[in-house]
Amino acid sequence: MSDVITTTVIVATIASGIRLATPFLLASLGEAIGQRSGVLNLGVDGVMLLGAFASYYVVLETESIWLGVMTGILTGLLMGLFYAIITVPLRAEQGVSGIGIYLFGLGMSDLLFQKLVGTPLPIDQFSEWHVPLLSDIPVVGEMFFQHTPMVYIAFLLVPIIAFIINRTTFGLSIRAVGESPESADSLGVSVPKVRFATIMAGNALAGLAGAALAIELGIFQQNLTNAMGFIAIALVYFGAWRAPGVMAGSLVFGMVGAIVLQAKTLGLIPRSASDIAAMAPAVITILALIIVANRFRQPAALTKPYVRGD
Amino acid sequence: MNSVSASIQSDRQPMLEMRGITKRFPGVIANDNVSFDVLPGEVHTLLGENGAGKSTLMKILYGLYQPDEGDVLINGEKVSLQSPSDAIDHRIGMIHQHFMLVSSLTVAENVALGLSSTRGPITDLKQVAKKIKSLSDRYGLHVDPDAYIWQLAVGERQRVEIIKALYRDVQLLVLDEPTAVLTPQEVDDFFVILREMTSDGRGLIFISHKMNEVMELSDRISVLRLGRLVGTTTPQETTREALAQMMVGREVDNTREERPATIGRTALSINRLSVGGDRGVDALIDFSLDVQQGEIVGLAGVSGNGQRELAEAISGLRPIKSGSISLFHDGNPKPIGGLGPKAVREAGLSFVPEERMRDGAIGEFSVADNMVLHNHHSTRFSRGGFLNFGEIHRHSQKLVDDFQVKTPSIDTPAKNLSGGNIQKMIIARELDSDPEVLIAAQPTRGVDIGAAEYIHARLVAARNAGTAILVISEDLDEVMLLADRIAVICQGRMMGVVDRIDASREQLGLMMAGVTD
Ligand SMILES: Nc1ncnc2c1ncn2[C@@H]1O[C@H](COP(=O)(O)OP(=O)(O)OP(=O)(O)O)[C@@H](O)[C@H]1O
Ligand SMILES: [Mg+2]
Repeated sequence: MSDVITTTVIVATIASGIRLATPFLLASLGEAIGQRSGVLNLGVDGVMLLGAFASYYVVLETESIWLGVMTGILTGLLMGLFYAIITVPLRAEQGVSGIGIYLFGLGMSDLLFQKLVGTPLPIDQFSEWHVPLLSDIPVVGEMFFQHTPMVYIAFLLVPIIAFIINRTTFGLSIRAVGESPESADSLGVSVPKVRFATIMAGNALAGLAGAALAIELGIFQQNLTNAMGFIAIALVYFGAWRAPGVMAGSLVFGMVGAIVLQAKTLGLIPRSASDIAAMAPAVITILALIIVANRFRQPAALTKPYVRGD
Repeated sequence: MNSVSASIQSDRQPMLEMRGITKRFPGVIANDNVSFDVLPGEVHTLLGENGAGKSTLMKILYGLYQPDEGDVLINGEKVSLQSPSDAIDHRIGMIHQHFMLVSSLTVAENVALGLSSTRGPITDLKQVAKKIKSLSDRYGLHVDPDAYIWQLAVGERQRVEIIKALYRDVQLLVLDEPTAVLTPQEVDDFFVILREMTSDGRGLIFISHKMNEVMELSDRISVLRLGRLVGTTTPQETTREALAQMMVGREVDNTREERPATIGRTALSINRLSVGGDRGVDALIDFSLDVQQGEIVGLAGVSGNGQRELAEAISGLRPIKSGSISLFHDGNPKPIGGLGPKAVREAGLSFVPEERMRDGAIGEFSVADNMVLHNHHSTRFSRGGFLNFGEIHRHSQKLVDDFQVKTPSIDTPAKNLSGGNIQKMIIARELDSDPEVLIAAQPTRGVDIGAAEYIHARLVAARNAGTAILVISEDLDEVMLLADRIAVICQGRMMGVVDRIDASREQLGLMMAGVTD
């Protein structure tokens, strides 16, 4: 058995794990930003689906992948604006509104797909971009530095977002608003403005995650994400609301997925067990969640609308 | 010459005028046509019972509430204060009755929040910490800029609030019961800071229930009663008794009847207790103390010397490292250390926590629900898992009446009550459960003199009925008034226990400072 697991296989599996982790990472980074400011968004999956369809459609029509990526982000921003309006000034209950967004995204993306496209046609995909020099390093280069641009973008966002949250005045406002909006308000920090910004940014990332997925697969179909957005929400808890933690969670998830795929290809998993194997990433995430749970406290104001003077 | 006439000029013009302010809430008129002003360099005190409308008036000034009627003028010009940032723009600062601090952030981060940075979008916490240090050196406000707020005792948190205001260099500062959480020594230091601020021409609005402080600090005193301005006077023209009568509408007498304690058996025994602290150092070291049935033991000490951790350890909220805590039933010890709050309550202990808003009440719940928070599963209030609303209402109404908790109704959410009335609500609940042992942390912090008198009387009545009571208080006057025996804590160690008859302020003060003889 050990003779099938060669270095080549291991390298390929790790590279594919990183690739699989990318949409999760983008979506969960976005969710983490929102939650740090006290806003829960259960609609990530719906926004991902809309972003995926929009970018798929634009690439199909224009054959410009980057235009597709931009459209994914723009779709996320639009959905974010909508979600921000209903949850911040209108103070709608966040749990229910998020589920509404999800259902809307699920239905609308399929409807648009049926009306505008009908039969699934493949679109252009990003080609790999080899990082100069680094990609030539044996083994390591192949694992980490021979990916599509979306992978680099997602992983570069981790330190950027960590920096914004931890080192900037805006990040300080985000953390304060998520923990104690009344204290932030009493110092002149506008709670609605901060939450609008984080919701918009978070949804833009969800839209981008959808675009990354559709372009990676080169295809769109009904419910393309298959609940990836919900897993992204779980990964935020797994990652304790911190960008590096969220990245670790996404990688675990992507790796387990890649290992299962690879094992299947190599015939290491009997056909009868393949359904069970497909559940492995979810089961592992849940186990990890149980272990991590309670080590870290969620933002104290999470899901709580803020009303001045209360 | 020029500057003299300018200063006379500015003496005449109030820096703040509030004219005919009216504010209504469902069921109450919190402010009823109130007019109020502040001159540069003066301390203008607002006095009034719990629920008189002091905080409401100040929240209007700070842009947190909009008045239904009336105008606010700053330096003679009418202003619109729609939000705290408008108030901040007019150099108004406010130290709130409940702390406005983000507990998961550091001191420096709390101070920097909402300010622009010298490094553009990037925080300049080192710079902020430096300036905090210089402010704290200059005003004697010791805090560690890198400490997290959750690690700080109440007194230290208050210093952070003051630093926040000093850092912003406010011209008009509202202090809503700032001394409620300070020790007598801290109050003295604090007043020095305030005087320094007024000598710079800043105006202060001071709210306190402590008459001696009001008489000492104020230039003018305005009294609110049931939302209306009763009158404005000066310390020279009035007396404490007259002020109390203006506030309450009757004479107040807060002296204790002299009746020796009829001591029973030991009810609570703390033996060589050590407890970890939030900052790495142990908060309690080898601490021993017994409390007998029918006595009040007062634990005196400067804020932050382990009192909070002791109360948490006894009430089951904090794990213990070594030693034991026991309650006694018929002479048999029952160790309660580390059992958790529910089991400790069931063992016969009641607890009035220091941070009542955080640990003692649920703001979203009604007053009635808060009144049965800890015993809603008792057979009296529930049957077969269903709450008996009739009984809960009768019981809560009685407690509200007995303890004069001012609330439009017992269905009002607790968060809408004034600060002092939330305190009264929790104390009513805890005293009423007829405990064998009662731990009361800062029992009269923030309550008005009428209510303090009543709470003291209830504590003494419980003691006379045989309850063993431990009063943890940073108010030495309160300890000396209430306690049969006085224990002193310093840096987590027991400094000694003295009978009240033998105790002097000087001796206790030395013990509080850690001086042993
Ligand atoms: N947000 C609110 N909603 C409804 N009622 C309120 C609200 N805020 C205050 N009140 C009511 O207004 C009245 C005045 O409250 P306020 O907090 O101004 O009293 P206070 O003088 O500051 O009392 P304390 O000394 O106890 O702090 C009280 O009856 C209180 O219940
Ligand atoms: Mg008040």
